[in-house]
Amino acid sequence: MTAKDLSKDEFFYGHKACAGCGGSLAVRNALKVIGKNAFAVLPAGCMSAVGFNFPQLCFANNAIISTFAGTASMLTGIEAGLRAKGATDFTAVGFAGDGGTADIGIQALSGAIDRNDNILYICYDNEAYMNTGIQKSGLTPFGAKTTTTPSGKNIHGNIRPKKNMFEIVSAHDIAYSATASIGYMEDFLNKVKKACEIRGTKYIHVIAPCPTGWGIPVSNTVEIAREIVDCGLWYLAEYENGEFTLNHDPKEFTGVVEYLKKQSRFRHLTDDDIQIIIQSRDAKWEKIRRDWRR
Amino acid sequence: MAKKFLSGDEAFAEGVKLARPQVISAYPITPQTIVVERLSEMVENGSLKSEFIHVESEHSALSCAIGASAVGARAFTATSSQGLLYMAECLPYASGGRFPIVMMNANRSTALPWNIYGDQRDSISQLDSGWIQAYAENAQEGLDFALMSYYIAEHKDVSTPFMVNLDGFVLTHTYETVDIPTQELADKFLPPYETDNRLDIENPKNMAFSAGPEHNFIFKYKEHQALLNAKKIITEAEKRFADIFGRKYTGLLETYRTEDSDYILITLGSIAGLCREIADNLRAKGKKTGVVRLRYLRPFPTEELVTAVKNAKAVGVLEKDISFGNEGTVFTNVNSALFQAKTVIPSYNFIGGLGGKNISHEDIENIFDLIENGAERVNFIGIEGGD
Repeated sequence: MTAKDLSKDEFFYGHKACAGCGGSLAVRNALKVIGKNAFAVLPAGCMSAVGFNFPQLCFANNAIISTFAGTASMLTGIEAGLRAKGATDFTAVGFAGDGGTADIGIQALSGAIDRNDNILYICYDNEAYMNTGIQKSGLTPFGAKTTTTPSGKNIHGNIRPKKNMFEIVSAHDIAYSATASIGYMEDFLNKVKKACEIRGTKYIHVIAPCPTGWGIPVSNTVEIAREIVDCGLWYLAEYENGEFTLNHDPKEFTGVVEYLKKQSRFRHLTDDDIQIIIQSRDAKWEKIRRDWRR
Repeated sequence: MAKKFLSGDEAFAEGVKLARPQVISAYPITPQTIVVERLSEMVENGSLKSEFIHVESEHSALSCAIGASAVGARAFTATSSQGLLYMAECLPYASGGRFPIVMMNANRSTALPWNIYGDQRDSISQLDSGWIQAYAENAQEGLDFALMSYYIAEHKDVSTPFMVNLDGFVLTHTYETVDIPTQELADKFLPPYETDNRLDIENPKNMAFSAGPEHNFIFKYKEHQALLNAKKIITEAEKRFADIFGRKYTGLLETYRTEDSDYILITLGSIAGLCREIADNLRAKGKKTGVVRLRYLRPFPTEELVTAVKNAKAVGVLEKDISFGNEGTVFTNVNSALFQAKTVIPSYNFIGGLGGKNISHEDIENIFDLIENGAERVNFIGIEGGD
């Protein structure tokens, strides 16, 4: 699938997402791939806050807000209910943010994968609780300044690395999981398409920058989403049939310092902090290149 | 009909089976477990065609049932105590979305201290969650509630979830002879679930949305009206039930010898049988005593209660519940109903059975004596020397 093949149909419009919102781009384009028979579940979070304000409801397909913790469990109920009523041609798809996925929703997600429910779960990761005003989540990266991990003399922002959701999910021996970035849109959309054709639980973790929370110009969302992959702080990969595959292996990484310094959430980092980030990146890539198919 | 010797949980499972739920999602907790074990067996042996979802928590149990109901499927779940509290976020979610899910709750004490035995603080703490709340007295009524609850909950004028409560162990684990209706008659009683309040491939909808200050209140008002509408539909359901199965129920409450009673004990759940027996014994000694059993706490039988007790000299409310720092919540509701009707009768609260503590014959005799001769406003049964 290429940009040319992308449907002209729109399923998510008229919402009030911020300018440059990466999450809304992920949802909008994923729905173009999934099509009109999508039953979308969105928990409390940015996309439900901007898209479901009665009477201005912004999904052309069936869509429903779940409880914050309940994205996966509601997807399960929708899938089971539709199947019990004899429907066959539909996709139950969840769009949850990083907090809704890696923190409060991880238990229900784990349960759904354990049962191998036939659902597609897409985590749009903007690396903090952006809807409530940029608080730290389990997917906030090391060093990032948020409103609950302020940077000061004593502590330089978030002191812990991102939870590794891709491998946590894969460790369930899930039917299919993948990482993606809206900076590599075709890769993301092809993974959505592939996931729609697989039975069982599918998980796609897509980096979706938030200009407000990251401190970047609203016109740079896609560019920064590309750069996070190019500098090696994110990677494009898949898990299927018990094996990890790296989809994109940069010969040379672009600069981590340049990536970080473009964003006000990282501007306070010292050289030592940045060295920790680079070392952690290199250690991860050593393992990826050693253990994963390429 | 077939007669079987069943526990309350087993009888309830038989009732659920007759209602043909399309999705069952549940997480085990004592003393609810037997219901979901039996339902799992029915699904396994093919006697019940339903999707049984082994969720990883009660929050997911109800969230999953909401998802199923949101596509128009008939959904069932069951829980108790800590489980009910763990899923508490989903309770007003289900009622606010007007999803007519049926849930059995095995009434059980809530921690701390840990305790698996029956009191009603779990469900009564959720009285304001927007669910219909009914309390069974015996296994037969439990089974019949399982069937009737779907009719009432799914009625288009109600469209509200329904919680049926069975006293933990006293009902859930005690065996009685129960009449099990035939599937043919059950199908005649309960039509398949049809609703417009669902996501639909042919007619896509956005559901469970946000509504700001301008619109929110009207949704809440309609939710309240739906619960009040349930009063009429409960009557309709019971008439239909009696016509088809020959068993009669008496609506929001059941009265026993209240017509000429001077002293009336108002209670709910399985303890009502013992209360009636003591009322009979006292009548044999010349006292005019009667009993009101509340079958529903929501909608609350405001008018029916006043009619039943308005000529009494005094009333008592016996409940396995307390709102700490105040009084029993059932007592508060009873007094509110009496006060609204300008019915001024001395009323006393008797709190008993917390954490499964036995309420004896003597306790109830003593309660009637206190109702007649005056007592504290709030009285605690069976904790003398508790210090």
